[in-house]
Amino acid sequence: PRGRDGRGGEEEEEMEGWHQLYPGHIPTSPLQKALLAAGSAVMALYDPYRHDMVAVLGETTGCLALPNLRDKMKNHPEGYRILQERPCIRLSTLDMGRLQGLPDGSLGREYVRFLEDNKVSPDTRMPPKFVDDEELAYVIQRYREVHDLMHTLLGMPTNMLGEVVVKWFEAIQTGLPMCVLGAAFGPVRLSSRKLQVLATELVPWAIRSGLNASCVLNVFYEQRWEQPVESLREELGIFPPP
Amino acid sequence: RGLAAGPEMHFGFQTVTEEERREKIYQVFENVAKKYDVMNDSMTLGIHRVWKDILMHKMNPCPGTLLLDVAGGTGDIAFRFLNYVRSVRQRQLQRKLKHHQNLSWQEIFDSYQKDQFNSLGDSQVVVCDINREMLKVGKQKAQHLGYSEGLSWVLGNAEELPFDDDKFDVYTIAFGIRNVTRIDLALQEAYRVLKPGGRFLCLEFSHVSNPLLSRLYDLYSFQVIPVLGEVIAGDWRSYQYLVESIRQFPPQEELKAMIEDAGFFKVDYENLNFGIVAIHSGFKL
Repeated sequence: PRGRDGRGGEEEEEMEGWHQLYPGHIPTSPLQKALLAAGSAVMALYDPYRHDMVAVLGETTGCLALPNLRDKMKNHPEGYRILQERPCIRLSTLDMGRLQGLPDGSLGREYVRFLEDNKVSPDTRMPPKFVDDEELAYVIQRYREVHDLMHTLLGMPTNMLGEVVVKWFEAIQTGLPMCVLGAAFGPVRLSSRKLQVLATELVPWAIRSGLNASCVLNVFYEQRWEQPVESLREELGIFPPP
Repeated sequence: RGLAAGPEMHFGFQTVTEEERREKIYQVFENVAKKYDVMNDSMTLGIHRVWKDILMHKMNPCPGTLLLDVAGGTGDIAFRFLNYVRSVRQRQLQRKLKHHQNLSWQEIFDSYQKDQFNSLGDSQVVVCDINREMLKVGKQKAQHLGYSEGLSWVLGNAEELPFDDDKFDVYTIAFGIRNVTRIDLALQEAYRVLKPGGRFLCLEFSHVSNPLLSRLYDLYSFQVIPVLGEVIAGDWRSYQYLVESIRQFPPQEELKAMIEDAGFFKVDYENLNFGIVAIHSGFKL
């Protein structure tokens, strides 16, 4: 017997290939999104190594912030181009050799240095699953890919402290609830000494930069590898790190 | 339509070929193996333990029983079986001791010694599963919990068991038959490997007939369980498959008929929790 439709309100008859807006898309009902948001928030706090939970939290709570971001991009010439061309920062698309050869202080050189120092790769980002709009799915994917560049621009490492600072910056910039939650709850796991540095120097700087800077998603980073980091900071309006 | 390489069947709510179905199910269990037990506890709020306990009580094995647990993966049924026969055996020994109170100390000590090394009373359980990952988790659990005696692990397919005819006293399949691609073959194999007088026991999700409960059950299954799968195991799709496969599985009466078709007698079923789960039983005569 064909299964009954048990998902409150959804019209699907076949599972896979149903309403799938992009590869990896899993359509969800509002109830499922709410449960996912709550569950992923708890799990992310309980086990900070569950990066997939942070990603899920971002997707399920971003319904207001993501359209906002998309519109900001649409109304900016460079952002508009990004939405059209849909560039992806991936090891396969980056010319690592060329970037390493760039002069010190350039975006490309510093980005590669950041990847090496922190032993991370741009390919470990989660693809979006629960965003129910194909363009918004790209926006959140772009945000994830640009996150490492944020570390580079802000000069923050990938330890807990550095991540929290970047989250504060991103919270101001994007308004994504996930960033706000991360910024607010991330410090819970820091020592008091680090908390002090965070509160007195880093967070105020991150907030000021976040407010002052233009939208970081409106930068076509792939075309700016040669640009010196400092010049890019000035152009965006990010104050020099303390 | 006609390029499918074989008969069409379902994988959850999808339509696939037999071969595709086997592969997809293998992958599902490969993915969930490590989190299988945690997920079972979360999804059923621990109630699956009670269901398995009830199965064991229904079986009521006596020491010396040879059990085949098919699709037994992480060992839940096998461990319960060993605990059960061990405690029955202990009670047996205690009763024996009571009756021997007129013997000399030396005689009592000798008989105690002899029985000490047979705490299971020669009972044995063979855990058979088609999935290497599930067996791996099961073996690790056994080591961790201290089960070694009377326990064997065999890689095998329920549709084509690597055992001889008329070998086992009891055959169990708990939450496994739903994932078998050809249920009729699995039932035939079960019949073949059981001794005459042997018992077939199947514990599986079934159909809820009460309409209100059915609605609530559906709501919980489709709205909550995949979310639990994503949050706990990072795997939405496997748990979506799980709830769909439950809906696709034959209801109580239909399964009873299939078991009878395989040659079993005195086939009966018992609903647990209004039919969310059912235990089917049959005998080879």
